[in-house]
Amino acid sequence: MIREYQTVVSVAGPLVLVEGVSGVKYQELVRLSLPSGESRRGQVLEVEGDRALVQVFEGTSGIDVPETKVRFLARGIMVGLSPEMPGRVFDGLGRPRDGGPEIIPEREADIYGAPINPYAREYPDEFIQTGVSAIDGLNTMVRGQKLPLFSASGLPHNRLAAQVVRQAQVPGAESGFAVVFGAMGITYEEAEYFIRDFTESGALERTVLFLNLADEPAIERIATPRTALTCAEYLAFEQGLHVLVVLTDMTNYCEALREISAARKEIPGRRGFPGYLYTDLSSLYERCGRIKGKPGSITMMPVLTMPEDDKTHPIPDLTGYITEGQIILSRAMHRRGIAPPIDVLPSLSRLKDKGIGEGKTRADHADLFNQLYACYARGKEAEELEVILGSAALSEMDRRYLRFAHDFEKRYIAQGEQENRSVTETLDLGWELLAIFPRSELKRVRDAWLDKYHKERGQGGEGE
Amino acid sequence: MSSDKSSQSGLVVKVSGPLVVAEKMSGAKMYDVVRVGTQNLLGEVISLAGERASIQVYEETGGIGPGDPVTQTREPLSVELGPGLIGSFYDGVQRPLDALQAEAGDFITRGIDVPALDRKKRWEFKPLRKAGDKVGPGDWLGEVEETVLVRHRVMVPPGVEGELVRIESGGFTIDETVAVVKTESGERELKMAQRWPVRRPRPHRRKLPPDEPLVTGQRIIDAFFPIARGGTACVPGPFGSGKTVIQHQFAKWSDAEIIVFVGCGERGNEMTDVLLEFPKLLDPKSGEPLMKRTVLVANTSNMPVAAREASVYTGITLAEYYRDMGYSVAIQADSTSRWAEAMREISGRLEEMPGEEGYPAYLASRVAEFYERAGRVVCLGTGPDGKEQEGALSVVGSVSPPGGDLNDPVVQATLRVVKVFWSLEDRLAFQRHFPAISWLNSYSLYSETLRAALVRLADEEFVSDAAEAMGLLEKEAELEEIVRLVGRDSLSAGDRLVLEVARSLREDFLHQNAFHEVDTYTSMKKQALMLDAILQFYRQARAALDRGRDIADIEQLAVRERIGRLKYLTEEEAEAGAARVREEIEQQLAGGEK
Ligand SMILES: Nc1ncnc2c1ncn2[C@@H]1O[C@H](COP(=O)(O)OP(=O)(O)O)[C@@H](O)[C@H]1O
Ligand SMILES: [Mg+2]
Repeated sequence: MIREYQTVVSVAGPLVLVEGVSGVKYQELVRLSLPSGESRRGQVLEVEGDRALVQVFEGTSGIDVPETKVRFLARGIMVGLSPEMPGRVFDGLGRPRDGGPEIIPEREADIYGAPINPYAREYPDEFIQTGVSAIDGLNTMVRGQKLPLFSASGLPHNRLAAQVVRQAQVPGAESGFAVVFGAMGITYEEAEYFIRDFTESGALERTVLFLNLADEPAIERIATPRTALTCAEYLAFEQGLHVLVVLTDMTNYCEALREISAARKEIPGRRGFPGYLYTDLSSLYERCGRIKGKPGSITMMPVLTMPEDDKTHPIPDLTGYITEGQIILSRAMHRRGIAPPIDVLPSLSRLKDKGIGEGKTRADHADLFNQLYACYARGKEAEELEVILGSAALSEMDRRYLRFAHDFEKRYIAQGEQENRSVTETLDLGWELLAIFPRSELKRVRDAWLDKYHKERGQGGEGE
Repeated sequence: MSSDKSSQSGLVVKVSGPLVVAEKMSGAKMYDVVRVGTQNLLGEVISLAGERASIQVYEETGGIGPGDPVTQTREPLSVELGPGLIGSFYDGVQRPLDALQAEAGDFITRGIDVPALDRKKRWEFKPLRKAGDKVGPGDWLGEVEETVLVRHRVMVPPGVEGELVRIESGGFTIDETVAVVKTESGERELKMAQRWPVRRPRPHRRKLPPDEPLVTGQRIIDAFFPIARGGTACVPGPFGSGKTVIQHQFAKWSDAEIIVFVGCGERGNEMTDVLLEFPKLLDPKSGEPLMKRTVLVANTSNMPVAAREASVYTGITLAEYYRDMGYSVAIQADSTSRWAEAMREISGRLEEMPGEEGYPAYLASRVAEFYERAGRVVCLGTGPDGKEQEGALSVVGSVSPPGGDLNDPVVQATLRVVKVFWSLEDRLAFQRHFPAISWLNSYSLYSETLRAALVRLADEEFVSDAAEAMGLLEKEAELEEIVRLVGRDSLSAGDRLVLEVARSLREDFLHQNAFHEVDTYTSMKKQALMLDAILQFYRQARAALDRGRDIADIEQLAVRERIGRLKYLTEEEAEAGAARVREEIEQQLAGGEK
């Protein structure tokens, strides 16, 4: 049953109100035919009696009241899926944009998907080596985790994301992997950067790209991550691949959502974002994970830029409440030339605890990272004190902590874009840096590991 | 659920997200359950105007539209209560997630009906009463062994009273009659399972003042901010500050007899974690797997938002049911903010007048009603000998305020009703000082009432040691202020000692690693030993200072490290280990004028 109406009564922002309809369903796919002959896609956002409110993905410019025809297609928004997708470039709704042929779908799936039954989940605990010490050593990532990059405009989050894509591997595991890359509102240049990097590393042929660029319709960004995730679910849970999903920039996605909410005149929540932003973001992020008995997995690295560098802004705040940790980039560190500028104290991986240790990384890993954190935090406190009172106010031990924090940033964190460290190198470097302290300061580490790895070097060595 | 054909069919007129409006709903009552659309999606009436009903739907509403049918069940949203609850893993409206997976696969599809309890399983019913006995609401009729840890008391449902005509003994399913009661309105057949509407608290005789601690094995909680059996506590904090880990620790190690864990609008993997871990972890008291005393309710963030709203009610009703059997029950709700947000989302769609931050005006009263369901009580019914029974229900709720800001309306509404406040600080979490409970901002209003019980459980000094330790931590905060202004050099030797000891309190006592096999749980006895060792050091060092010993020397003593390692000694080693440390303190601080 396909029904077509020419009864648009109003157009407001990205929304079109159609009257006199019957049999329309919530979330139904809609095709709008403009007087120009152009065709657009939309979706039913609300239906009441004979009135349907439709959001138009490609925007409403050119849509008029008397002549635009609206067809209700009696199904949700679908994307065609096929094992041929890696290596191809699509738009945010899954149509090829690389000039290549249409794909021949093995099947179609609704981009909204369905929630994974928590009973069906497998707990993610397989260590992924990214080669980046601040991640592997301190905020370890595992297969099936959603670990976002919290960044800000002008910071090198794209470089870090590309480095992770390039270097990520599961030591000892030989199995197929794929990358699904969803771009929402990033510039052409940024997209090119990723494509070039993927091409150079040879990842491109295993990558599916869904691109919605900065000058393309904003409302399509509501669909882009869902299309990308539907493809990822197919590759992971039906084709058995380990899929790494990179979504950038989630801030643009959230802004599209806010635009719709404002057009609907909903009661705005914080900073004008709708009260259901948390629920909406969960419906994306929670599609990540592992499923019992399935060989594949979805690991997700969403990237977002924090408006005004503010971590308490609703976008990073709600993201942090949903994702399994966050890697935070710092402008201050970037200015000091630390690359990658990962601010490790507020960064976190919630899934590291079961992904590290004997048989995964190394038995001393948990105690070691706890100790590094404690020492670095104390070193940063000493640094603050020094700024206020001068170094004369510091005790001898405080000065060691200060020195440690400095070395830690310079050697452990600032490894640069090209260095790919094994986890053993990362762990050993941690011990080397701790050698500045006497054993009695290292209370977070049990005796066995101190005996094995700790060699106090004290203040000596390189000298002041 | 009754599928009475005569129940009139309503018609959908509007769909907006989880909210559906239907007409022709004559006879519908508030909070009645209805079935929406041809797929029979589960919904609940949440507002009525004439024959027009607003319905919150517990499943995704994509594909629903005007003209779709709505069927009334004429029953409020209820849970099924009976043997088989323990060890279950339910969604927010008590659908067993394992059965859903068996039926529909790895993803949650819609319109599936699976009974909450196993209908085929036979339970060995042991009567506790005999024919001719007078029985009333809540009275224990008989018992089944639900798990090795839980004797499930089969109770007379509320509202039923009279003389037992017949009572069975032997193997029965929950649908079979185990007793017949002659009531004023005729004979009633009783089965092992009963239903109860989740939004209505289950009745009890009266409340009692909480006077026993719920021991958690978490040092900062037990020693400084204890919660009582039947008490209420909240854990607010920004993301990553440790709310969920505290709730998990509570579910694992607290000495409640029954645990109900509600994952309300949070991560799927966190529930999977509990589900996989609890069958393997052993209860320190009984040595049995923790799962044998636990019920899990999971409505994760990506599951339908209306069912999230219902999940905390589902959970607390299950908890009350075990309280009625005379158990000490504890429920963890992680996170109550997601429940409040679900309320806000539905309220927004209903176009209700918003209060603070868009939350409905009834937010505070809903929060208060929820925590009021906690308490130490005299149960409604009596045990086999006609004696009154005592049960307790303790509630711990996490709160997730935006940006960690405690002015959030959910935090404020919660603080007005709960008695314990564990305040999490991100500054501590950044240093990986866990649990990141602020010792300066947190409080427990039970400290006084629990004093006697704590002395009994630990030792005489424990309570006074804890008070002294807290004094030192407060002093530390003042001294830090001074150091920040004028530097360390201005401190007296006594002040420097205070700083040293306060650091030891923080690092060696308050800091507790949930992922360390020994450190994760500390008995009251061991807590007392640890605290005592630190304070012994303080007192003797003070005396040594008075005798003229140099503070710089004291700050270097080897025993400091030994004190720091006490936490890693097992419960068996602790006593001897602490004695050795005390000796070393004596030795290293004895005499020593120089
Ligand atoms: N007691 C603890 N011991 C060790 N690590 C902890 C502890 N509490 C929290 N953590 C660490 O902090 C992380 C975040 O804690 P979590 O409880 O998930 O935070 P929240 O629920 O407040 O977002 C955990 O993944 C864990 O790594
Ligand atoms: Mg949490």
